[in-house]
Amino acid sequence: MFQTVVQALSLGFLKTLELFALTLIGAIPLGLVISFGSMSRVGPLRYFTKAVIWVVRGTPLMLQLLIIYYFPGLGLKNNIWGSGESGRFVASVAAFIFNYACYFSEIYRSGIEGVPVGQREAGEVLGMTKSQIFFKITLLQMVKRIVPPMSNEIITLVKDTSLSRIIALQEIIWAGQAFAKTNGLVWPLFFTGIYYLIFSGVLTLLLGKLEKSLAYFRA
Amino acid sequence: MPVLEVQNLSKSFGDTQVLRGIDFSLDESESIAIIGSSGSGKTTLLRCLNFLTTPDEGRIAVSGETLFDAADPATRAESQIRRKRLHFGLVFQSFNLFPQYTALQNVMLASELLAKEREDYKTRKKEIQAEIRAGAEELLARVGLREKMELYPHQLSGGQCQRVAIARALALRPDILCFDEPTSALDPELTGEVLKVIRGLADEKMTMIIVTHEMAFARDVADRVLFMDEGVIVEQGPAREVIENPREARTKQFLSRYAEN
Repeated sequence: MFQTVVQALSLGFLKTLELFALTLIGAIPLGLVISFGSMSRVGPLRYFTKAVIWVVRGTPLMLQLLIIYYFPGLGLKNNIWGSGESGRFVASVAAFIFNYACYFSEIYRSGIEGVPVGQREAGEVLGMTKSQIFFKITLLQMVKRIVPPMSNEIITLVKDTSLSRIIALQEIIWAGQAFAKTNGLVWPLFFTGIYYLIFSGVLTLLLGKLEKSLAYFRA
Repeated sequence: MPVLEVQNLSKSFGDTQVLRGIDFSLDESESIAIIGSSGSGKTTLLRCLNFLTTPDEGRIAVSGETLFDAADPATRAESQIRRKRLHFGLVFQSFNLFPQYTALQNVMLASELLAKEREDYKTRKKEIQAEIRAGAEELLARVGLREKMELYPHQLSGGQCQRVAIARALALRPDILCFDEPTSALDPELTGEVLKVIRGLADEKMTMIIVTHEMAFARDVADRVLFMDEGVIVEQGPAREVIENPREARTKQFLSRYAEN
């Protein structure tokens, strides 16, 4: 029985990992775009972006998952996600990317704004171009500033993926619960915690290494 | 012909007029000190010369070439500003060294980036890089930091950082080197080593504009002193004369505050 459970849970965890990885791949660049929007000199664009960030950060991710998954089908009579597991997966990825990009954008913004203006000016008086200043001076200082808060968000994401259970995505929590429903076994659900712990442990080590690799300077 | 001519330079921030028609010129190998209380417009003047702030009115010319003329929009072209900036070097009050680079890399960075725009860069890459490195090492030795080249800014004292910043500004061989209160952010016991470097540059006939609160230094090192108050040059003349025997009442009042200390 133990082997059957581990097999099923591992399959669910694979889905969890996919959701996790795709969210990061999408949200890390999208967050940068959103952060530029929230720092734009164009008033309407800035206010619109800030309003979107407010809504996304101000409502539960679980609710956003429900709305993104069900609204096209129920509200617009056009279920763009398609039916079945793949539809639930794509909707989950979309909801997670959007939600996390908004959080990331605020971290980026604080990182960019945290680099003293004197750094840019020093580059300017040395005849550097805007892109040289960004890539050679600002970027690494910004990265160093955002690694700790980003690490926090990334660890949170590992566990947040379980929220997809609400639209019945077959990730690891769903896989654990399935044993309770069909076999009356409760322990597999609690056993999923081991997977999360190991994975977040590995991530903590990796992110700690990244932070250490930037410790050679102070920004 | 003077190397720098500034005519009728004016700048306002909102309702506050910070510069009100500044006129002065600077000869080759001359060093001038600009003194005056905080808010008199000294820093804004240096920022205008370095194209960090755009004046509302006036003209700036170097060696006869007009770099900026408020009346001629063509001189504001963004594409030209980079090249024009290279006539000037600027040493900031707060150093603004790049924290992720060593002292040596701080001095080399801008030269390396500029070298990439040279036509012969690809064919002579190694040679050019070796030249840049040798030049930067020499500059750091000149400011007394030969032993500290491989250290990062946070491993250096404030005085050492400011000396690296001076070497960095010299690396691009500016015609005119500007200092914006170079010792104001330093602990008193560290100002001496920075002032000594600037004094050395004056002895080597570097053309310089030094905004400073160090009156004795201005008197001994600068050829000429400009006293600014509320955005105008109130008095200017030979350094010793202005500081020891000011003519204008406002200059006297300003200097008397230093004499009391």
